[in-house]
Amino acid sequence: MSALDFVVLIGSMLGIAAYGIWRTRGRRDLSSYLKGDGQTPWFAIGLSVMATQASAITFLSTPGQGYLGGLGFLQIYFGVPLALIIIAAIFLPLYRRLNVYTAYEFLGERFDGRTRLLGAGLFLLQRGLGAGLTIYAPAIVLTTVFGWPLNLTIICSGLLVIVYTVTGGSDAVTVTQKYQLAVIFGGMITAFCLLVMKLPDGLTFKDTFALAGGFQKLKAVNFSTDVHERYTFWSGLLGGTFLMLSYFGTDQSQVQRYISGSSLRESRLGLMFNAVCKIPMQFCILLLGVLIFVFYQFERPPLFFNPDSSRFISENGIGQKLQVYESDFNSSHDQTRQQLETWLKARHDDNSSAAAVAFTAASTSHQHSEQVREDAAAALRASHSSVTANDADYVFITFILHQLPHGVIGLLVAAFFAAALSSKAAELNALGSSTTIDFYRHVIKRDATDADCLTASKWFTALWGLVAIGFALYAHLVENLIQAVNILGSIFYGVMLGLFVVAFFVRWVGGGAVFWAALAAQALVFILYFKLNISYLWYPLIGCSACVVFSLALQAALGGDVKTNPDPAP
Amino acid sequence: MKRPSATEPSARETEETRLPWPRTWKGVYLFVIGSFILWVALLIALTDSFS
Repeated sequence: MSALDFVVLIGSMLGIAAYGIWRTRGRRDLSSYLKGDGQTPWFAIGLSVMATQASAITFLSTPGQGYLGGLGFLQIYFGVPLALIIIAAIFLPLYRRLNVYTAYEFLGERFDGRTRLLGAGLFLLQRGLGAGLTIYAPAIVLTTVFGWPLNLTIICSGLLVIVYTVTGGSDAVTVTQKYQLAVIFGGMITAFCLLVMKLPDGLTFKDTFALAGGFQKLKAVNFSTDVHERYTFWSGLLGGTFLMLSYFGTDQSQVQRYISGSSLRESRLGLMFNAVCKIPMQFCILLLGVLIFVFYQFERPPLFFNPDSSRFISENGIGQKLQVYESDFNSSHDQTRQQLETWLKARHDDNSSAAAVAFTAASTSHQHSEQVREDAAAALRASHSSVTANDADYVFITFILHQLPHGVIGLLVAAFFAAALSSKAAELNALGSSTTIDFYRHVIKRDATDADCLTASKWFTALWGLVAIGFALYAHLVENLIQAVNILGSIFYGVMLGLFVVAFFVRWVGGGAVFWAALAAQALVFILYFKLNISYLWYPLIGCSACVVFSLALQAALGGDVKTNPDPAP
Repeated sequence: MKRPSATEPSARETEETRLPWPRTWKGVYLFVIGSFILWVALLIALTDSFS
């Protein structure tokens, strides 16, 4: 990175954080600290919800997913529109009517204190772990590529987000997210335009899609009913709806974003903005990856996108063995490019039979080069099991670094950090709020004043920030961390959603039944996770269904008085 | 601790969107579902056209 890149990166990050602190100076009461000043318009809420969900790894890894696997990953978002409609129509009016600070307060009102603590505890457990990952995941990718010190990067970005989140509370998160999202979209759109301009001359829009489709990168919808397949239309629509309903409806980091709207209308429109925009947004990010794939058919890519793999090869005396793989890979890639140039010419000459022959040959040599890459990765793993050749996270950053001009590189690195800070700020804000409202005020100091809670909230936010930094510093000790935390979320989200579904829709079930049912459902999900080999997208559905069914059965068996729902769902 | 007073949404706020179109929330939800169906149809067309 050049000096210009650093100016763009540091200037935009510090500038946005300073603006957030300045805009929210003088916020002194608990309500405005936790829920904002009550003036947030729908557009700001919509952007805030979007920025909270889209972490840095979304923008770093998703193009890599598009490069390697095509558009199929998009199906995970098919549950978003339906989930957000259910939340806007049912969850949101009730949260606003009860004027809650956290979603788990509602469980306390509807059931009892221990069920509220169970919901809040599940949230703190999974989000507390996730907060460390939010800052670790982009830091490890960027420091690997640029050679920056990892711990210093984690500490600096972690402290920056702690300062403005603790100082300004919920409003600071919303205000900064608007500008962080502007940096993110500015960077991504610039990268998209420059990538299109870098595609070979004569390759039309239709040619680009035909090439990508020929390599199976445009298979966006898969109607397979095989539960072992991770991304299908059905797992996205059914499992994805439950996953998104759990995340947007019961995770405090999201609930806190949309309950800060100035009215029910603003909050609803903010959610509907996401319901409409989420799929197109993810489509564009994945398409960026597909276009990078097309670009690299005409430009030789590295054998490994992850520079750590290449560094390891040169430092550990296995270079000669892997040099053979590299040479084989390069010659296969050259053949692919030559065949594709022949295909393009034949296509433009309307010679369809010659085009088909050339494309088949290109496809064969491409398959060979991918096989060589897999063999090389296997050889690398065999020589040292701790070295992985996971390339998806490094595809986009490699393209940026080697193909884009200075200034734009700084803008895109700023975009990744902006995404990391925006989602981390929302997480810290939610963790601090839930610890204060659901534990400090509810368990530790029941006679706490607003001033006590405001002070406690700032301390808890800072504490969670430090915990996240500490977790991020030691995250490298856990293998497959990203996958582990994603799966952890899916395992817990279902039961959490089950608690809310019973609270909203099954009025005759009481706190005793739902509490034990939730514990039993959680145990069942754990058992199934270790016994079955199915896509993790199904666990929220399983956990939620089990919690509801067990609650009904237990309430029927136990009988007894049931606390009346304080504000029944419409 | 003092709890802020509950904000009871008005009937107008619950029913009307105050948008030029759609004017009701039911209309907004139908619009969202319609846009989702349109997206899926376009993605299926993309899958079929270029695979």
